Amino acid sequence: MVKLIINNLEVEAQEGWTILETAKFYGLEIPTLCYHEGLTPYGGCRLCLVEIGEGKKSKLVTSCTYPVEEGLIVRTDTKRVIQARRMMIELMLSVAPYSKVIQDLASKFGVTKVRFKPRNEECILCGLCVRMCHEQMDAQAIGFVNRGKDLRITTPFDIRSERCRLCGGCIYICPACQLRCQGPETETALCNACLTIEPTCLDYYDELQCWMYNAGRCGTCVREEPKK
Amino acid sequence: MKKINNTSEFNDLKRKIEESKSNQKTTITISSGTCGLARGSNHIIKAFQEELKKQRIEDKVELKITGCHGFCEVEPNIVIFPDEIFYQKLEPKDVKEIISETILGHKIIDRLLYTDPQSNQKFIYKKEIPFYKKQKRLLLENNLFVDPTEIEDFLAVEGYTALNKVLTELSPEQVIEIIKKSGLRGRGGAGFPTGRKWEITRKAKIKEKYIICNADEGDPGAYMDRSLLEGNPHSVIEGMIIGAYAIGASKGYIYVRDEYPLAVENVTRAIQQAKEYGFLGENILGSNFDFDIEIYKGAGAFVCGEETALIGSIEGKRGVPRQRPPYPAQKGLFGKPTNINNVETWANVPLIINKGPEWYSKIGTNGSKGTKIFSLVGKINNTGLVEVPMGMTLREIIYEIGGGILGGKEFKAVQTGGPSGGCIPKELLDLPIDFESLTEAGSIMGSGGMIVMDENTCMVDVAKYFLNFLREESCGKCLSCREGTQRMWEIVRDISEGKGKEGDIELLEELAEAVKDASMCGLGQTAANPVLSTLRYFRDEYEAHIKEKKCPAGVCKDLIQYFILEDKCTGCLACIKVCPQEAISGELKKLHIIDQNKCIKCGACVEACRFDAIIIK
Repeated sequence: MVKLIINNLEVEAQEGWTILETAKFYGLEIPTLCYHEGLTPYGGCRLCLVEIGEGKKSKLVTSCTYPVEEGLIVRTDTKRVIQARRMMIELMLSVAPYSKVIQDLASKFGVTKVRFKPRNEECILCGLCVRMCHEQMDAQAIGFVNRGKDLRITTPFDIRSERCRLCGGCIYICPACQLRCQGPETETALCNACLTIEPTCLDYYDELQCWMYNAGRCGTCVREEPKK
Repeated sequence: MKKINNTSEFNDLKRKIEESKSNQKTTITISSGTCGLARGSNHIIKAFQEELKKQRIEDKVELKITGCHGFCEVEPNIVIFPDEIFYQKLEPKDVKEIISETILGHKIIDRLLYTDPQSNQKFIYKKEIPFYKKQKRLLLENNLFVDPTEIEDFLAVEGYTALNKVLTELSPEQVIEIIKKSGLRGRGGAGFPTGRKWEITRKAKIKEKYIICNADEGDPGAYMDRSLLEGNPHSVIEGMIIGAYAIGASKGYIYVRDEYPLAVENVTRAIQQAKEYGFLGENILGSNFDFDIEIYKGAGAFVCGEETALIGSIEGKRGVPRQRPPYPAQKGLFGKPTNINNVETWANVPLIINKGPEWYSKIGTNGSKGTKIFSLVGKINNTGLVEVPMGMTLREIIYEIGGGILGGKEFKAVQTGGPSGGCIPKELLDLPIDFESLTEAGSIMGSGGMIVMDENTCMVDVAKYFLNFLREESCGKCLSCREGTQRMWEIVRDISEGKGKEGDIELLEELAEAVKDASMCGLGQTAANPVLSTLRYFRDEYEAHIKEKKCPAGVCKDLIQYFILEDKCTGCLACIKVCPQEAISGELKKLHIIDQNKCIKCGACVEACRFDAIIIK
């Protein structure tokens, strides 16, 4: 067993577990998007970021890919984490504003504005469909093409793949195109209609010692620092 | 050539080579790396060969075609030994005169000498030229003596003696101890202590191990690795063999980009020669140590310089970085412990073994030892590769070695560390260059690119250029890097086009911090540097673009206009003739006028005007 500290709690994890798996085991919630239990972790969406280490040397890593180490100090919801996470949601939203999954994430994490021009592209290149096709369907009909700003997911040579059995696994798992959000305004790319679904926490805690709810999940505590 | 089986045979060979090289024959070395070839060194070589033949002195004068001498500004250049007479910017027609005057007549040809742009002083000998004098050329100097196609040239400059010493006298642990003691740090950018890296890989439990030489040099304007591989490939190979012995690896890879055809050619030949001589292959120098090197050609993706992406690329997968840990030292190429070092790091190894770690650790600063090769490019008089001890100040590099700014203009900033490095302003010119100081200044050492910029450079434009490079070269895996660089580029582009608005700078800063924090690999984590460092030192320029809609440096096309000064225009028609848009009207000896609606701001008129009558507002 590997001993580590998550949010000041001493926990034990099995060798080979990731931080995310360990956190889940202890009931600590970390938001994910490109992660799926049945697929190999990818670390593309950067939502499951956590802060590891202490002081100046601390850094953010994706908990879905980072293996547990003896004595590792993990904090799941620091100000730094939540700021980065919010920016990731804002970026995703600006690409695919019609995805309900992403709009819900925005509501939950208090993303109240999108400052980038909406592109309405739908695909956020999380790679779930590619891994689904390769690992679960054993079809390898789709894959990534190109890199950087030109990265996209397609079939080989952009023609109908002979290996595709039309199983629909890729559509089933897609967080962006399956569930549609009807709300977003074209101007802001933001719906926020679901913002009031979950109650908002009214307390302020600095480094998130919020035990009322899933620690820091709402992010309210670090949203606005109360004036002293 | 017969294979060398043991140390005594090696020593015999060395003695034989020393004897054959000891006769003081006049030697003409021609700098003919990629830079030299581009400036026509091939024609010079041909002219020399013909002329030597014509004069029937082929056996008295040796012609040596070497890699880059480092002084790329004055290519093609030659150095005539034994006196080290330096002739520059040659043309084939000069060759005849060189042979008759200098080689046969022992006279110096004045017009071919190097003239210092600052003092206008002429220099005859290579060692007196300020560009060379101030450098400490531990690695590059051998480029002058070694024909990269001849292994014997390399053997004549202490080549493979370090390997011989290691295999006969030292245990792998001792080698690692020496490297650790020398304080050598990786030259690829991050500056991880090389000895420690080797030790971790050596201690990994799996027996099969690999080493890799990272020659995927992709920074715009940086080419020191190319020069080493082209000019002195054996020094890198020797370093790798020593490393493999210390680590316990039996197979090595050189990952070199396909855009470096001459480097690929020279390294391939060098490996073949090393095999023939028994420095590579089975039972090297009779020590029971086996090691082989394979070349792997990269397809030119910038991200493949990142070690895990590079490993993926060799494995035949997409060049995409993956999570560390596990580090390559634990689980690397094909799942085996792998040690990756940069070309320059490997080339330093034989030097340390030969001269000792104490000698090496005396060069440089407290935290950074040894020398570093920088490629000094941009608006500078002496473009070229400079090798200086760590801790030299930027001022010394730019003004003393580099000969100052082109055209006597004012220095504005120097960009170090490639696309993910940062810009250092003139207030920090006295900054001693080492790993720590550069990081503190908001830039990175990177692989050693140094782009000098003068007063006519717009920093917003510079940030835009590097962001454009990064948004194309990001692998695209992490949302933060792919989308972040794209959005940063969009914001900076808007600013440069005069569409910037209040709050853009703050948004840029916030986004840049998030990209830096949230990305996985070194590319993403440093992708924000061009923005952050220009914002840190040149915030007023961004503000001028946004608030006043003006580009202070006169670069951003949407924010500038060309005007003709009434009192200076002589009406010579020169600008009218070159304008591709026919935007300038006027008659002979009358004032010319630019039609702003037609002008595309190409700047051709400014270059054509001999009276400085056209200004940018």
